Amino acid sequence: MKRTIFLVLISILMVMGLAACGGQALECTDAIGCVEIAPDDPILIASSLVISGPNTDLGLDSQYGVEIAIDFRGELLGHAIELQPEDDGCNAEGGQTSATKIVSNPQIIAMVGTSCSGAGVPAAKIISDNGYAMVSPSNTAPALTDPELHEAGYLRTAHNDKVQGRAMAEYAINELGVTKAAAIHDGDPYTEGLASVFSEAFQELGGEMVAFEAIDANADDVIAPLTTIAAAGPPEFLYYPVFIPLGSLITKQAQEVDGLDGVILAAADGVQSPSFLEAAGDAAEGMYVSGPDLGFGNETYDKFLAAYQEKYGTEPTAPFHAHAFDATNMILDAIEKVAQQADDGTLLIGRQDLRDALFATSGMTGITGTITCDQYGDCADPKIAVSQVQGADFVKIWP
Amino acid sequence: MSQRFKDIDYIGVVLWLFRTAIVVVVLWGTISKLFLEQGNAYTTIDWIDFLIAGLSQGSLYALIALGYTLVYGVLFMINFAHGEFFMSGTMTATIFVALPLSSSGFLDANPILGMLIIIIVAMLVSVGVALLTERVAYRPLRRAPRLVPLITAIGASFFWQYFFRGLYGSTLIPFPELQVLVGKWTVFGIEILKTRAVVMVASVIMLIGLYIFIMRTKTGTAIRAVAEDKDIAALMGIDVDRTISITFATGAAMAGAAGILYGMVFRQVHFFMGFVPGIKAFTAAVLGGIGSIPGAALGGLFLGLIEAVGPPLFLEGLGIPGAHQLKDVIAFTMLVLVLIFRPQGIVGERLAEKKA
Repeated sequence: MKRTIFLVLISILMVMGLAACGGQALECTDAIGCVEIAPDDPILIASSLVISGPNTDLGLDSQYGVEIAIDFRGELLGHAIELQPEDDGCNAEGGQTSATKIVSNPQIIAMVGTSCSGAGVPAAKIISDNGYAMVSPSNTAPALTDPELHEAGYLRTAHNDKVQGRAMAEYAINELGVTKAAAIHDGDPYTEGLASVFSEAFQELGGEMVAFEAIDANADDVIAPLTTIAAAGPPEFLYYPVFIPLGSLITKQAQEVDGLDGVILAAADGVQSPSFLEAAGDAAEGMYVSGPDLGFGNETYDKFLAAYQEKYGTEPTAPFHAHAFDATNMILDAIEKVAQQADDGTLLIGRQDLRDALFATSGMTGITGTITCDQYGDCADPKIAVSQVQGADFVKIWP
Repeated sequence: MSQRFKDIDYIGVVLWLFRTAIVVVVLWGTISKLFLEQGNAYTTIDWIDFLIAGLSQGSLYALIALGYTLVYGVLFMINFAHGEFFMSGTMTATIFVALPLSSSGFLDANPILGMLIIIIVAMLVSVGVALLTERVAYRPLRRAPRLVPLITAIGASFFWQYFFRGLYGSTLIPFPELQVLVGKWTVFGIEILKTRAVVMVASVIMLIGLYIFIMRTKTGTAIRAVAEDKDIAALMGIDVDRTISITFATGAAMAGAAGILYGMVFRQVHFFMGFVPGIKAFTAAVLGGIGSIPGAALGGLFLGLIEAVGPPLFLEGLGIPGAHQLKDVIAFTMLVLVLIFRPQGIVGERLAEKKA
């Protein structure tokens, strides 16, 4: 009998002790919840990038950037870092699907993505509504960080296209000396935003926009809309910041339309990849492409490129691998800053704390420059370059 | 009097108003574009360019639509994997025949022979894929409820899409440019891109060939007999399974050839290329009257035309910006309208006996 009472007392004490222990070390006080990582579990980060379809080059390149950032970091607070890659499909449906999948896993801390702004719009809403955070390496549409439209969990290390569209307009007017331009978009926020910024800047600088046309991203015959543009102008400069396959179709068919022979063709970072050059072939020769200036000239980038070449056996295929690397580091730094650690190695990460830490990123030295976030999630240090396609390669010619 | 009011079918009235509204909107847009607009007007040459673009796109739709219509005719199922038959032949022939022939210089030296080889390979691969799909995915379900093969077809479509993606990768593959087809011909004073002219002529030849095959040959008669009644056809000594396979093969061969014409015009192919043309061709087949061969041809041409001419004509007249982006809206609105007002399509299927 005595023995039983003794045992019961011991067990009660043990239970109390355990409860006290747990409570003392880690307690979630975060406004929108916490992620708890058990001692042997990895820190789980998701990515949502375009890794299927014609724009695979763009998304895989970014995913490699994320993986290299994770490799360089090794482990964080004694935990391995694991990446769960998802596909944003470069469209709204893909963004929605991948974000929904990500928020259904409570162990995922944050997401790197999306590749395409069109996917970013629904993803930003889902990620933010569920208390997660995302940093996009290549969404550039102005709408995503617009004060009225910004979602609370959304940040990006890519430039805002307000910068890129303007750079292209300046180049067209000041360097090429054209006065009449036309722009084409496909209704996606990235392409529409960039085409609008370009046309506003072009008019501001004294040029004339003869047409502002839209073509569906999956269209195959673009002769009809190009005929409409030729009839309206014809323009001297045709700007179509769209993706593949529409970009290569326009490049090839523009020469077949009356009135567009000799027009200067220009596109943006959405097509800055080897697969675009392969698809467009000779027709792309001499065209201009705007995009982030990759002449970063720092040691980390050299190390990054060496690691990229060694791990994947290729040169980078798109312009946003470095932005993805920086986005990943932003997230990892923020986790390091806000994670509470228990003695046994358990981590507790507050989701609001993590967001606050991300938005507070300031003066961080990344490959792409000095990263400082504003309250609407624009973190980039934007530098835009214009390249020309010469001998089936992008050659930087400005600035 | 009150009796007459009671007899009014309100749904009929709503539909009538709907129809009138659409006609008014289209007419209004057209008139304001053609007669009222100042500046930025199209010249006759522009309109001819729109027409040619529409007709050449439409003839591609027509060729693909035949596959839908033939299969529907014999099996009453919508073969949603048809777009994949189109893609499989084109991609395989591009990668294994067109690109090597082009880089070796053979294609430019013997353009006609080269193109024939490419087209035949594409047709053979498409036919192979179609026969395999029919044997594995459709034949076991021949007696199942009609919804079952439809869902299977969607599954087959995904399977082939991602099968070929795994095989050939997901990047765009350029289709070689034929030097002899660069530039334009002048026909009756009209400048026309050579590739477009070739597509139109080739399509017309194939359509006529198919019509003769179905109407004049023994196999064609067997296909028509199976379409009317499988059981009676079997009693008459027709091998139904074989005839259905031939039907699939014929549709797929047309799709394979259409795929090479598509590659010639747009000069790029990828694993997802079958999806949009497939859906459009399905629309064309319904538009013309699914089950009818002339209907599919007419529906395809009509759809291509309205997609090219519709946006500049009445959408721009209505003041809609970026009108060309909405060509799919026109195409699918047409589909809805046809399903509401004339489910049998433009031509309509003529049957010896009504089938359910």
